[in-house]
Amino acid sequence: MPSFLTLLQKELLRFWKVSFQTIAAPILTALLYLLIFSHALASHVQVYPGVSYTAFLIPGLAMMSLLQNAFANSSSSIIQSKITGNLVFVLLSPLSPLEMFGAYALAAIVRGFVVGLGVLLVTLYFADVPLQHPLWALIFALLGGGMLGALGIIAGIWADKFDQLAAFQNFVIIPLTFLAGVFYSVNTLPPIWQVASHLNPFFYLVDGFRYGFFGVADVSPAASAAVVSGCVLGLTAVNLRLLAGGYKLRH
Amino acid sequence: MAYAIEVRQASKRYGAVQALDRVDLNIAQGEFFGLLGPNGAGKTTLISLLAGLARADSGSLKVMGHDVTCDYRRARRALGVVPQELVFDPFFSVRETLRLQSGYFGLRHNDAWVDEIIQRLDLEDKADSNMRSLSGGMKRRVLVGQALVHRPPVIILDEPTAGVDVELRQGLWKFIRELNVAGHTIVLTTHYLEEAEALCARIAMLKQGRIVALDTTRNLLQHVSGARLRLRLEPDELPPPLERYSVGTKDGSRILQLPDCASVEEVLARLRESHIQVQEMEVMQADLEDVFVQMMRRH
Repeated sequence: MPSFLTLLQKELLRFWKVSFQTIAAPILTALLYLLIFSHALASHVQVYPGVSYTAFLIPGLAMMSLLQNAFANSSSSIIQSKITGNLVFVLLSPLSPLEMFGAYALAAIVRGFVVGLGVLLVTLYFADVPLQHPLWALIFALLGGGMLGALGIIAGIWADKFDQLAAFQNFVIIPLTFLAGVFYSVNTLPPIWQVASHLNPFFYLVDGFRYGFFGVADVSPAASAAVVSGCVLGLTAVNLRLLAGGYKLRH
Repeated sequence: MAYAIEVRQASKRYGAVQALDRVDLNIAQGEFFGLLGPNGAGKTTLISLLAGLARADSGSLKVMGHDVTCDYRRARRALGVVPQELVFDPFFSVRETLRLQSGYFGLRHNDAWVDEIIQRLDLEDKADSNMRSLSGGMKRRVLVGQALVHRPPVIILDEPTAGVDVELRQGLWKFIRELNVAGHTIVLTTHYLEEAEALCARIAMLKQGRIVALDTTRNLLQHVSGARLRLRLEPDELPPPLERYSVGTKDGSRILQLPDCASVEEVLARLRESHIQVQEMEVMQADLEDVFVQMMRRH
């Protein structure tokens, strides 16, 4: 247990020591999205009855920031350690694959959570957002951080250079988050795009998280939680297999 | 009593390169052991297999009786490795680095030992400096500290003195010697053969993934065939029958490589016959470098 806690502590310190870049910057980015999109669309769009577009945007932006930062945390930590070579200190230790996975994933959840909470706190100034089902919001925040943290570990292990990781982030993570219904309800899309959206696991995270605030969602929160939990379990299994087998880590 | 290190038929291939080829090696507890060989001989591969940084294709490796694959937790707790490459985490200070490494091995409240390591490695002035601000030699010492932080019974140092100045090197060896006297098993790879000769009681020489020599340092030095003779002559010329022994000159003296010590008598007789006076003569001791060169040529 102390080994796991030390790696977790190290991972938390790693992003905390550069918090301007890892926490403040993504909060500012989300704030800019809110200001621009709400200014451009607030008078034209009402997604849910009685919910302003600005209010609708806020949970989605918080979840999007949470997801992207959870991914960034684990993936960048692992690839940096791999490329600079200091991952050897972890690999030489008696840490088990489960402990390594747990520490990297939990640190990613914490970073995602802190950024998501920061986005909420900063943007709530611009609209009243109710919190009707806080437990659902918390469950989806944890599942989202865990899912993207786990995905980040896989990407960090797989990528041999920063370029490959950036490609994974720019061509997979960012499109999936943008197309997860952050800026719109998928029910407003043409049928084919509705089907496509339902194949995107990130959609269930955004939709379920938003349910926690407004009590309204495109899919029932239990169904969303089931889909996302399945993804988290699958990614955990992949992670443990990669770490136990030493894929690209122990040659 | 279990061996500190036990390697049985360990092989490892990287693509077309056979990095290790059915290596067998036992190192007893408390030994100061040298692992020598040219670049690419397999030294670092062997260390990586022992440390769990790489997996053997076949064979088995144990540290203090614990298999490095099946019982990796105990094997890694028993082993401290100073890696060859100068790696560090730029986010942390020297003290934080050592504390974290200690924590990875499940040790908390290890500050007294961490402080002692900092003091013994002469890092006190830099203890709270970020790793980035340290010189290469300082970083190397932190790497040594990281390997020692969990007090492992077996310590492997892969080229630990590369880039470390003479004074620091001597301090480092004093510390490592003391650890050895205290019962730690030390395995050393180095390109400074005089260091290996002075420190290691037993040596293995590797070439192309195979052990080509494995003996006590004393026996290796004794077995090196031939004697080397330094002669200052008047007049400075060699009789033709002795030309075949000449391997060069040094500071106005001639250096002869003889097949054995008995040949010294033949050399002196030939010189007397030719009326050449010996002004200075020295029979030079073989050193580990001679053994190394001979072994590498032979295999």
